[in-house]
Amino acid sequence: MDLFFVNIIDGLVFGLLLFMLSSGLTLIFSMMGVLNFAHASFYMLGAYFAYQISTVLGLGFLAGLIVAPIIVGIAGAGIERYGLRRVHQYGHVPELIFTFGLALLVQEVVKLFWGQNQVPYAEPAWLDFALFNIGENSIEAYKVFMILISMLIFGGLLYILTKTRIGMIIQAALSYPKTVEALGHNVPMVFMGVFGVGTALAGVAGVIAGPALGTFPGMAFTLGSIVFVTIVVGGLGSLWGALAASLLIGWITTFAAAYNFEFKTILLALGMEEPALIWDSKLRDLWTLTLPQIGPILPYVLMVAILVFRPQGLMGKREA
Amino acid sequence: MRKSIKLGVSAALAVAITATAGFAENIKIAFIDPLSGPFATTGTNGLAEWTFAADELVNKQGGVLGGTNFEVVAFDNKMSGKESLVQLQVAIDQGIRFIAQGNSSGIAGAITEAVNKHNRRNPDDRVLFINYSAVDPALTNDNCNFWHFRFDANADIKMDALTDVMAQDDGIEKVYLIGQDYSFGKAVAAAAVRDLGNKRPDVEIVGNELHPIGKVKDFTPYARKIVASGANAVITGNWGSDMVGLGKAIIDSGFDGPIYTYYAASNGITRTFGADGKGTIRLVAEGAINPPASDRAAAYVEAFEAKYPDHDISQARIANAVEMLAKAIDEAGSADDVVKIAYALEGMEHDSIWGGKLYMRPQDHQMIQNVHIQQHTDDGVTFPLDNSEYGLVVESTVEMAAMDSPTTCKMDKP
Amino acid sequence: MRMLMPWIVGAIVLLVLPIFFGGRSQLTIMSQMSITVVFALAYNMLLGQGGMLSFGHAVYMGMGSFLCLHVMNMSSFGSFPLPLLPLLGGVFGLLFAIIIGSFSTRSAGTVFAMISLGIGELMAALVLIVTVFFGGEEGISGYRDEGLPFFGIEFISNLEVYYLIAIWMFIAVALMYLFSRTPVGRMANAVRDNPERAEFLGYSARRVRFVSFAVSGFFCGVAGGLSAILFEIATESDLNVTASGVILLVAFLGGIGFFWGPIIGAVVFTLLQTVLGLQTHLWELYLGVVFVGMVMFFPAGLSGIIMAHVPAAKMGKLGTLVGPYLTCVLPGILGGLGLAALIEMIFHVRSGAEGEHHMVLFWIDFSTHDVLPWLVALAVAVIGIGLAVRNAPNFKAAWENASTLPEAA
Repeated sequence: MDLFFVNIIDGLVFGLLLFMLSSGLTLIFSMMGVLNFAHASFYMLGAYFAYQISTVLGLGFLAGLIVAPIIVGIAGAGIERYGLRRVHQYGHVPELIFTFGLALLVQEVVKLFWGQNQVPYAEPAWLDFALFNIGENSIEAYKVFMILISMLIFGGLLYILTKTRIGMIIQAALSYPKTVEALGHNVPMVFMGVFGVGTALAGVAGVIAGPALGTFPGMAFTLGSIVFVTIVVGGLGSLWGALAASLLIGWITTFAAAYNFEFKTILLALGMEEPALIWDSKLRDLWTLTLPQIGPILPYVLMVAILVFRPQGLMGKREA
Repeated sequence: MRKSIKLGVSAALAVAITATAGFAENIKIAFIDPLSGPFATTGTNGLAEWTFAADELVNKQGGVLGGTNFEVVAFDNKMSGKESLVQLQVAIDQGIRFIAQGNSSGIAGAITEAVNKHNRRNPDDRVLFINYSAVDPALTNDNCNFWHFRFDANADIKMDALTDVMAQDDGIEKVYLIGQDYSFGKAVAAAAVRDLGNKRPDVEIVGNELHPIGKVKDFTPYARKIVASGANAVITGNWGSDMVGLGKAIIDSGFDGPIYTYYAASNGITRTFGADGKGTIRLVAEGAINPPASDRAAAYVEAFEAKYPDHDISQARIANAVEMLAKAIDEAGSADDVVKIAYALEGMEHDSIWGGKLYMRPQDHQMIQNVHIQQHTDDGVTFPLDNSEYGLVVESTVEMAAMDSPTTCKMDKP
Repeated sequence: MRMLMPWIVGAIVLLVLPIFFGGRSQLTIMSQMSITVVFALAYNMLLGQGGMLSFGHAVYMGMGSFLCLHVMNMSSFGSFPLPLLPLLGGVFGLLFAIIIGSFSTRSAGTVFAMISLGIGELMAALVLIVTVFFGGEEGISGYRDEGLPFFGIEFISNLEVYYLIAIWMFIAVALMYLFSRTPVGRMANAVRDNPERAEFLGYSARRVRFVSFAVSGFFCGVAGGLSAILFEIATESDLNVTASGVILLVAFLGGIGFFWGPIIGAVVFTLLQTVLGLQTHLWELYLGVVFVGMVMFFPAGLSGIIMAHVPAAKMGKLGTLVGPYLTCVLPGILGGLGLAALIEMIFHVRSGAEGEHHMVLFWIDFSTHDVLPWLVALAVAVIGIGLAVRNAPNFKAAWENASTLPEAA
């Protein structure tokens, strides 16, 4: 039972991390129709910039947490203004390939500057202690800090989108860009702003995930497609959907990794007999399969199932 | 710029072939490993070690066959099996007779198979495969062939040595096995279960699981399970970011027993573990640089660190491979007759620069050598890794590990 | 006859290439190129002609590859002629595409793209889990020369294999071309451009997409079979998401707007990867730059650039472009090379051995610790790019002038 609570907390941490990435991506997608393949690259840039600021320049973790996302956001806005906007006119496929190439490029540039190896970007000392224990497992203060930051961001985002004037314009621009433009608002500017904020959010995720999950050139690639899964499952353009899907996927992967459920039990329940020489059996892979082995691919199964049976996603209003 | 553009394709293809040709007098060794992409660090580090060993241990000692030098030619296989096979052919077309590769047993399997096919189909320009790092036991068992020589201790031998040492430790009662879901990870787990069962039947294996390779974003849930299982030792064959992620998660979750690993050092891993890993991370490997075995070994490492400050001697066996290859060429009296050279290598005994004896077992071409259990620490480290204060120090040594271990290898010898 | 000319020329080129490039590795690289051509064209049946973006298309090629290797490893392979093997791969690719296509082609656009991504990730993961069929990360390997000799040919040498692959490639390209001329192929274009209208005309958009998808799967399978013959091995890296991403880049590099675009893409990409890979460890960086630049400035790909010259050529104005090319494009390329030289030098200084200052770049030997090479590279980069930027308006004007009809002519 102890382990169950620990897993709830760990899944929450990972889910909220995913949410910081997917919230930005889902806003960008619903506004511009761009599936931004480079979104996770901004997450990586966030981690590396924070490493550079906090560790190499020695300015401390908080400086990284504040400055790195701003740089990432500015970089994101610049890329929207001078890259994406230009490609936008050619249509969706070139746009997508642009972000694809950008992801490749960012990874190579990161390697060029910081090298191939994992960089020693670590939790700040003042958060690197066990806050409390559940059973024998200790919960680090840093994990709780991650939860608080993500909650704060979600609250802030929700407030801006629903309660402020700029949020209204963004929401309106989502559905009726032409009308909003006719009312005198600068829609391209809004797009650029949303892209910048979205990438800055990814940057924040990178800053706080870097110490926990490792800061290395492959970090964008390992997280890249799972973010897509999240926004598709949640429903494109839906902030609440992104939150629900992020938490769902966080818990699915955590619990799948935590419980050694063996598929043998299913086969035995079906009345099959375990072969004596397992390595000669045609079904040996099924007999030896355990849940942790397939845990990380469960989100993809979920996505395909959602797309086939409910293309608008969990909470989306329109089809993907 | 040279003006040789006849047809776009023709020039480019010609460049591909002639680019590195030109030093016909040297004996060339094709180094086929990842030099770009996510695994490039391991590859470039290996290349530095090969180049340095060839210069220092052969060329500066007067070369082989009375004055011929070794030259290491690099080929980037981009960590892909097919690309390796293409590069292998480019190397053979350049007249190279010695193929060195080590990263990934899957690619080693593809190369050993391709070399075997090539040597069968082209008896006039046969090549030898010097496997300096791929440790899947199958390469010297079911999939062995006459042209393949392994200079690393294979996964079974390392586990044999590791469990010899673990068996002495009465504090170990519960062991957790975790690894990447592929042949090597499975081989480590199977060997651990077998060897612990034989040597310490009282030790309980409280967990034995595999996770997808390179796909796990967050290792925390695995670590929680390990802590909750009450294990007091962990064995893992993980490498790369899977090793760092797993190790960090286990330590962060409050585990303080030993974590026995195969690859938790160098390439940024030592630096990332830093103080957290002290007292927990152990590593089983052949060859050790701390404490230095001799003045010669110390001078060698010093010279290497001076020349390549960003790299480490992390694969000590490369020096062994270079020395033994030179010795075999001298014995055979030819650098072209690879059959003769292979026979010279078979059964060769040699004193390693890292101390201890080396013996290339003739029945399966598996090197038998001392295997060490080393500790990640900053105490008594003469040569740290990753430009940090931390490094590996030998804790215990198993001499000529698994000397008489059985093999299923049946090779056809020409 | 005019229609057949490109095919005849192509056939002759394929036939005589080995005379000039007879080395084993050269033959292998050319064979690899041919396989990529088949794969890229099959991919473009979806992307270019059907407007369907797939992120998991390597799955169908990989499945064909694995099946063919299993056939090679059967005891009855000795009575099976090797040249027919790709056909089996194709059938397997087709079957697999029918299964997946039955639900993934229900809608186009994002839903299709995301399903293909999910299937791609799932299959790549399954390869490592289901070792009975896929052999884990070592994959499955076999011997091509154990098949039934085909008119005495055993396919031991690379030359025999090259011709086998080249012939298959020729046939596959011809068939794919013919397919694009059939009513179904034409309807694929219609469904791509305006599905509602196509539906209104009585065509089921979904069925058209399904047929394109299945046929594409067949040719992917053929490419997989050819790859099984050439490399005699199939592994996870043949069908993972990276492989699928690469073929998207290949098709796009060549240009998805023309049938023959991906052919150029496949040839150029294979050369870039193999040749550039031998020259520099930073080839992925340059690849990234090329793609981002390409999509920003020439979204129609290499074939689009070539075809843009056709109107000018038809009006006999190609000559007027020579000057602008020399003053704008040439300096741009030189400037780019200068920039690349700077990057290479920085990389060399950062990652080279201590005391190892000697470096060879563009066949020039120099020391990275001299000032002169840096100055030269910097000057070439700045002047080249500067000239290109300065002359860009002229170039644009000349270009517009060359490709439009003279006024009031």
